[in-house]
Amino acid sequence: MSTATDATRPAPRLGGFNRVLLTLELRRMLRNRRTVFFSLLFPAALFFAFAGSSGGDERVGHGNVSAYVMVSMALYGAALTTASAGSSVALERSVGWSRQLRLTPLHPLAYIATKAACALVLGALAVGVVNVAAVAQGRAEMPTGRWLACALLALLCSFVFAALGLFVGYVVPGENAMQLLGPGLALFAFLGNLFIPITEGSALWHVASLTPMFGVAEISRAPLTGELPWYAVVNAVAWLVVFVGGAAWRMSRDTARG
Amino acid sequence: MNQTSTLSPRSATTRSDAVRLQQVRRSFGDVEAVRGIDLVVRPGEVVAFLGPNGAGKTTTLDMVLGLARPTSGTVHVLGLDPREAVGQGRVAAVMQSGGLLKDLTVAETVRYVRSLFTHVRDVDDVLERAGLTALADRRVGLCSGGEQQRLRFALALLSDPDLLLLDEPTTGMDVEGRRTFWSAIRDDARHGRTVMFATHYLEEADAYADRIVLVSGGRIVADGTAAEIKARAVGRTVRATCPDVDDAMVAEIAALPGVEGVDVRGSSVVVHGTDSDAVARHLLTRTTARDLEIVGRGLEDAFLSLTGADERTPA
Repeated sequence: MSTATDATRPAPRLGGFNRVLLTLELRRMLRNRRTVFFSLLFPAALFFAFAGSSGGDERVGHGNVSAYVMVSMALYGAALTTASAGSSVALERSVGWSRQLRLTPLHPLAYIATKAACALVLGALAVGVVNVAAVAQGRAEMPTGRWLACALLALLCSFVFAALGLFVGYVVPGENAMQLLGPGLALFAFLGNLFIPITEGSALWHVASLTPMFGVAEISRAPLTGELPWYAVVNAVAWLVVFVGGAAWRMSRDTARG
Repeated sequence: MNQTSTLSPRSATTRSDAVRLQQVRRSFGDVEAVRGIDLVVRPGEVVAFLGPNGAGKTTTLDMVLGLARPTSGTVHVLGLDPREAVGQGRVAAVMQSGGLLKDLTVAETVRYVRSLFTHVRDVDDVLERAGLTALADRRVGLCSGGEQQRLRFALALLSDPDLLLLDEPTTGMDVEGRRTFWSAIRDDARHGRTVMFATHYLEEADAYADRIVLVSGGRIVADGTAAEIKARAVGRTVRATCPDVDDAMVAEIAALPGVEGVDVRGSSVVVHGTDSDAVARHLLTRTTARDLEIVGRGLEDAFLSLTGADERTPA
């Protein structure tokens, strides 16, 4: 006690970002049965359901329909994971854990980095599960380089939904955020052309092309299809701005109050 | 992660006061929660911050922790800026509002927070001190309110802080939980840690603090040992029916030795004072008073009269 009184204690390295923190955060997310089911198992099951039907071998761009479905499901799974990670940040603020952490040397940026790293790991896991399922099933077909590019793009694009999760987490208090995000993302996935192809140029297609998962889906599948329409990029960037802006807006109000 | 402590030039300042508040004020919009508090807490003291709800206790503790900035005045903790003291783990707190993650176990929560500090105690050590060894593997969500509060206490002990703040630490606990919690705090404070706790339970302040700082309406209204505070409330209330009471009679009673206050309600006279015998003798022999009643006053009355929360008997 007496020696401690006289010491100037150094700040933690990297603002408190460390392996223990990362491991425990990951363990928490994997402990959540809903996260495991909906982000890891459900998309793989959907892949088997959609890609197993006839027409899976039909050609699409540089690969086939099975590969197309695989990328879509990987994006869907990753989006659910990152959205869940985003909403957990808001939940932690609402239960006062963030306030508890403010009594430690943990730097806010290190906290965000930890959360982002967890979302990245779990998102990669979600993408990986669907890809492994596709390999196991054996019908998906596309050049390895493009395959990897699709997986990487799906993971990166899913971060748009981390911002959405954070935003919704602030708007919907408590643990209800995921109950809204789950069906919401399923709807976005449907409109984003992830589940069933919507006829291009139809009225529904025009509406769908404005929804948040449409753009990122086109981007994720670009290495496979070999085309990247300009409106898909605009869509993805616009929704990223909306979600990040919304999250920042709610977060600043929350901070001002606390 | 453990680092050996070394002496530094800062030791000269940190040896001074655990907490030093100078003319601290804090407003929220038009509401002034803290209206000029001066307070010095010396190292090793166990201080109760006692007052009714809304007295400004939590706001003051928030400022000591750097969670809120004073509107005016200065706050020093261990000779440092509050945020710096918190950042070094030199000051820790068990907060009313501090949340826990339900999906971690008790031991995981301790390891989580421990990983953030550079100067730390062993997980097993803090679990034992907080009386949580047997609960180490239990999910936080399954712990009782008292157990969760002991976990917050364990987290606060991790960095081996010089100053420990507790904000209404036993709110919502049952008698047994309260007793266990305080015995853990008491055992720990024996090793010389400075402890400052906010409470609105008189018994807690009385039983566990060396010094009581009584706050009301954002100001300090009394400051001293429990015995000193009690002494201010020593005395009795003499009540009598006296139909022909007038100002002259009231003035006469007020002039009696030890009388602190005279209150007339209809045909009743209520007198507070330290010498109830003298008041009773006067009332029975010099006035028409009858139906005399003498009631002792306790710490509760002192609390109520000092904090101005007593609507019934304004002294």
